[in-house]
Amino acid sequence: MAKVSMTVNGKAVTGDVEPRTLLVQFLRENLRLTGTHVGCDTSQCGACVVHIDGVAAKSCTALAVQCEGQSITTIEGLASDGKLHPMQEAFRERHGLQCGYCTPGMIMAALDIVRRRGNELDEHTIRDQLDGNICRCTGYHNIVKAIEAGARAMAK
Amino acid sequence: MYNFTFHRPTTVRQAAGLLARNPEGKLLAGGHSLLPVMKQRLAQPSALVDLSQVEGLTGVELKGRSVVIGAMTRHADVANSEILKEVLPGLASTPGSIGDPQVRNRGTLGGSIANNDPNADYPAACLGLGATIITNKRRIAADDFFQGMFTTALEEGEIIVKVSFPIAKKAAYEKFKHPASGFALVGVFVSKRGPDIRVAVTGAGSNGVFRVKSFEEALAKRFSPKSIEGLTIPTSGMNSDIHATPEYRAHLVGVLARRALAKATA
Ligand SMILES: Cc1cc2nc3c(=O)[nH]c(=O)nc-3n(C[C@H](O)[C@H](O)[C@H](O)COP(=O)(O)OP(=O)(O)OC[C@H]3O[C@@H](n4cnc5c(N)ncnc54)[C@H](O)[C@@H]3O)c2cc1C
Ligand code: FES
Ligand code: FES
Repeated sequence: MAKVSMTVNGKAVTGDVEPRTLLVQFLRENLRLTGTHVGCDTSQCGACVVHIDGVAAKSCTALAVQCEGQSITTIEGLASDGKLHPMQEAFRERHGLQCGYCTPGMIMAALDIVRRRGNELDEHTIRDQLDGNICRCTGYHNIVKAIEAGARAMAK
Repeated sequence: MYNFTFHRPTTVRQAAGLLARNPEGKLLAGGHSLLPVMKQRLAQPSALVDLSQVEGLTGVELKGRSVVIGAMTRHADVANSEILKEVLPGLASTPGSIGDPQVRNRGTLGGSIANNDPNADYPAACLGLGATIITNKRRIAADDFFQGMFTTALEEGEIIVKVSFPIAKKAAYEKFKHPASGFALVGVFVSKRGPDIRVAVTGAGSNGVFRVKSFEEALAKRFSPKSIEGLTIPTSGMNSDIHATPEYRAHLVGVLARRALAKATA
């Protein structure tokens, strides 16, 4: 077993884990933060996207011990004071989901697009940058609309 | 995934020591090739030596007429490097085409070339620019480094520290992306630096990245897509799988080489 400590959604956490424990397992099973999903476990689908030190990453393809000392943000860390984050609100308003399985990863990836590309995003950029996130339900149309609107709302 | 011990050295020397003490151990960089293979239990390292805390392994630096990139520099950081976009945009665009944004946020230059996946992009850039791979032990020319699929000149316990890319006046990469995996079905990197002309191909060959001498000779007269118009490469040695036949891959080499030349000379 190895000791690991990191900051998750602003709180310091520690745990005893086997080195082979994936970050997503640590989040879901040790911390019970089940908003981060596992869709494929093969680094393809993006359902597991979280931010590691502010940068989007697939948490099924990182070890918990690799994140020693780092700061993790999951979907649970976005809302504040009972109010949804503007990107979450945009997904709700624009109906950017059906079953919701891909949604946490989509939102975390969307925030990374805003970080890299700013608040004014066109459809082509959004679709291109969602390359690593798969949705089996929506056909992406409303996801793209939601991200466009959410990115704008974040500028306010 | 089989279990292993986990180590976090802070210097290259410590990392080398850990590898020496753990002969079945492996280096861990971005983990985006190694961890998936370990999940499938196709690799069973007894120890992982994480390079993320090792000092001096990241960054893009201009050194004389070369650009030197640290082994642990992430794909996204190479793609976004202002220096690189200015002096060698053809190289900057290569990691920009790898996988998806999340993969580019984690994967590294050193990990990619140490892995030498036959469909990976960086090997084409290294060979296509005549880069030098600098390890903790020696300097290896790209022409000697890549030795067939998933095989390199790296010895047991050898660590890539950085890669030096000569600045070519003309250089470009064109890739036919596999629509599902994002890897190169075929990718061609071309460059011209004085009399040194290179055409390097990834994805197509059943033995990994290779140079196309016939194209290079034809381009010696004039570095232009026209010079290789109508030239073909033999289908023997081309990869064959459910994604593409050897004939199709050979055809794509010509098409992509001409596109890359057009881009490099635009
Ligand atoms: C979904 C997905 C899509 C991808 N698409 C592409 C693509 O389109 N094109 C492409 O080229 N690649 C692609 N990749 C692979 C990606 O670029 C990997 O990041 C890269 O191949 C390996 O780099 P890494 O830093 O993740 O290395 P790791 O996985 O950590 O290591 C890979 C190997 O290199 C060794 N190693 C690592 N660093 C060093 C070093 N400094 N010295 C010596 N040995 C070292 C390790 O021991 C290991 O054997 C994709 C990966 C995924 C998961
Ligand atoms: S579960 Fe991580 S990418 Fe699909
Ligand atoms: S809403 Fe069901 S997978 Fe995207």
